[in-house]
Amino acid sequence: MNATAGMPVVEARGLRKAYRTKLALDGAGFRIEAGRIVGLIGPNGAGKTTALKAMLGLIPFQGELSVLGRDPRSQRDELMNDVCFIADVAVLPRWMRVREAIDFVAGVHPRFDRARCERFLANTQLNPRQRVRELSKGMIVQLHLALVMAIDARLLVLDEPTLGLDILYRKQFYQRLLEDYFDEQKTIVITTHQVEEIEHILTDVMFIRDGKVVLDAPMEDVGGRFVEVLVGADQAEAARALGPIDERSLPFGKTVMLFDGVSQAALSPYGETRTPGLADLFVATMKGTYA
Amino acid sequence: MNAAVDTLPRSTRPAPATPVTPARRFGWLLRREFWEHRGGFLWAPLVAGAVSLLLSAMGIAMAMVAARGKFAGDTEISLHDGSRIQINGLDLDMLTSRLGHEELARLGDGLDLTLILASGWPFVVLAFVVFFYCLGALYDERKDRSVLFWKSLPLSDGETVLSKVASAVLVAPLLATIASILTMFGFLLLVSLVVLFYGGSPMDLLWGPASPVVLSLQYLAAIPLYALWALPTVGWLLLCSAWARSKPFLWAIVLPLLAGTLVAWLEFLGVFDDVTWPFFRNIVLRALTSIFPMTFMDLEYLQSVQFDVPGATRSLMSPAGVYRNLGSLDLWGGVVAGTAMILAAVRLRRWRDEG
Repeated sequence: MNATAGMPVVEARGLRKAYRTKLALDGAGFRIEAGRIVGLIGPNGAGKTTALKAMLGLIPFQGELSVLGRDPRSQRDELMNDVCFIADVAVLPRWMRVREAIDFVAGVHPRFDRARCERFLANTQLNPRQRVRELSKGMIVQLHLALVMAIDARLLVLDEPTLGLDILYRKQFYQRLLEDYFDEQKTIVITTHQVEEIEHILTDVMFIRDGKVVLDAPMEDVGGRFVEVLVGADQAEAARALGPIDERSLPFGKTVMLFDGVSQAALSPYGETRTPGLADLFVATMKGTYA
Repeated sequence: MNAAVDTLPRSTRPAPATPVTPARRFGWLLRREFWEHRGGFLWAPLVAGAVSLLLSAMGIAMAMVAARGKFAGDTEISLHDGSRIQINGLDLDMLTSRLGHEELARLGDGLDLTLILASGWPFVVLAFVVFFYCLGALYDERKDRSVLFWKSLPLSDGETVLSKVASAVLVAPLLATIASILTMFGFLLLVSLVVLFYGGSPMDLLWGPASPVVLSLQYLAAIPLYALWALPTVGWLLLCSAWARSKPFLWAIVLPLLAGTLVAWLEFLGVFDDVTWPFFRNIVLRALTSIFPMTFMDLEYLQSVQFDVPGATRSLMSPAGVYRNLGSLDLWGGVVAGTAMILAAVRLRRWRDEG
């Protein structure tokens, strides 16, 4: 029996990271279980990228953090056998040829499956002799994703992996990830601003604001916990008494109110109810961030 | 589901064709440096050698054209032993037949010196290539953010930086040495053609007295010493490369020069006595110029060498002479300082945040 069975993939407590002018992480704590796809969502400068960099051992920080049972500060070299990441778009070295990139990763990564990588690339227009600098941004991302998906890592971290790509590449990216890569032994952590595009693939969502985790819940709980009600003008005061966390006005005097922890049954008398989208939830939670 | 994660067999994944060992990984890192710097490591020294050959060929052709007609009449050539021979035109074969043992030895020395000079260009290019390679090695990857890709692979910062050091002090010098040896033989071939043209025997006049094979082996044997001598410059440049937020070239050059100027100024003010030259010699020059394949000891030796002793040129590069440097404090002080700076560069690469 394995002693590490059931251990979370990532466990963080009291993460603190201060840059010269601001606090990027302010006591953030969270726990990520295996076999989940977690969306780390927050406004610009909320500390998403800093949290990911801390998990990947790229920066020094304070607090307790364990990734696959290892401390990324002191055991990064061992950790990188099991963790892979795409940080930022198109960071593949521009001088490299497609074939060289595959050869190199195959040469240094014990978990790289060359045939798998070539299968992913077979459906693309990439040519082994092309240099990265000759590729379009979308093609570079295709190559990077093929390389990363051919690595049998236990944790994959994606930081804004599709920024600046058109909708076709973005859709293809997440579809690939879900169909050809993800399984219950793998864990994926994604940050992105394009919340709507990933919300259907997430199993968990984590909102981060001012260096703190303000919401950390499985998607199915989000549906149970948050309810949106379309309230008519006559019911508005009564509904407001139940304490919506956010409201926004629609034309013709209607108001959409967002409730946290009030049951759907209790709300249905005031109007039409539905489960809010992640984007609405995000906007409600983050209100006032840039004020 | 979660509890089973670590107990599930992972053997469904096909085993990689060849297992990844630290040595193989390092081999791939060296290959990666070579791919990126093929132009500097491989082509630049070869082109330098080819250009020097071309220039030699042009010079020789000019000399041959200028000489045409000069030998039309009877010519007197005086040999070292004082005897004189009359030749009709320039007949090298006849000349060779009259050369004594000593003349041949002197001819060999002269030829060897010519060969060293002719094959020197790839090394000059090497020094510049290594200089700029080291300056960019840890800076460029931060600038284009590809460091985020390299760091996503299971490669430690230590082995990555070490592969760059090895590329600078072993791979690049080896390739430049091969280019230099090719140039040397190319030059001999070129001169052989000239000798043939004048009816001489290249075997007797060139390949016999000269020692290209010995010189080539001496070049190759000197590479490890070059590596040790170059360490402080390589270390300093890598450190600047890992540290500078921008313009590593300026930092690398300006900081030592500024320090040297400060020391000279303090000496001028009377704070120190006689430190300016030692400071420049041991710090500034060592930090910036040790990648040129010539140590301080070699330079002193060059000044005192007696070129009229037979075989002097061949012993210029003899391993015994080259490895005398192992006894010098200059060398080991540099090795210690270079290693320390390389370790600092590794640390910087490990923790530098490219936010």
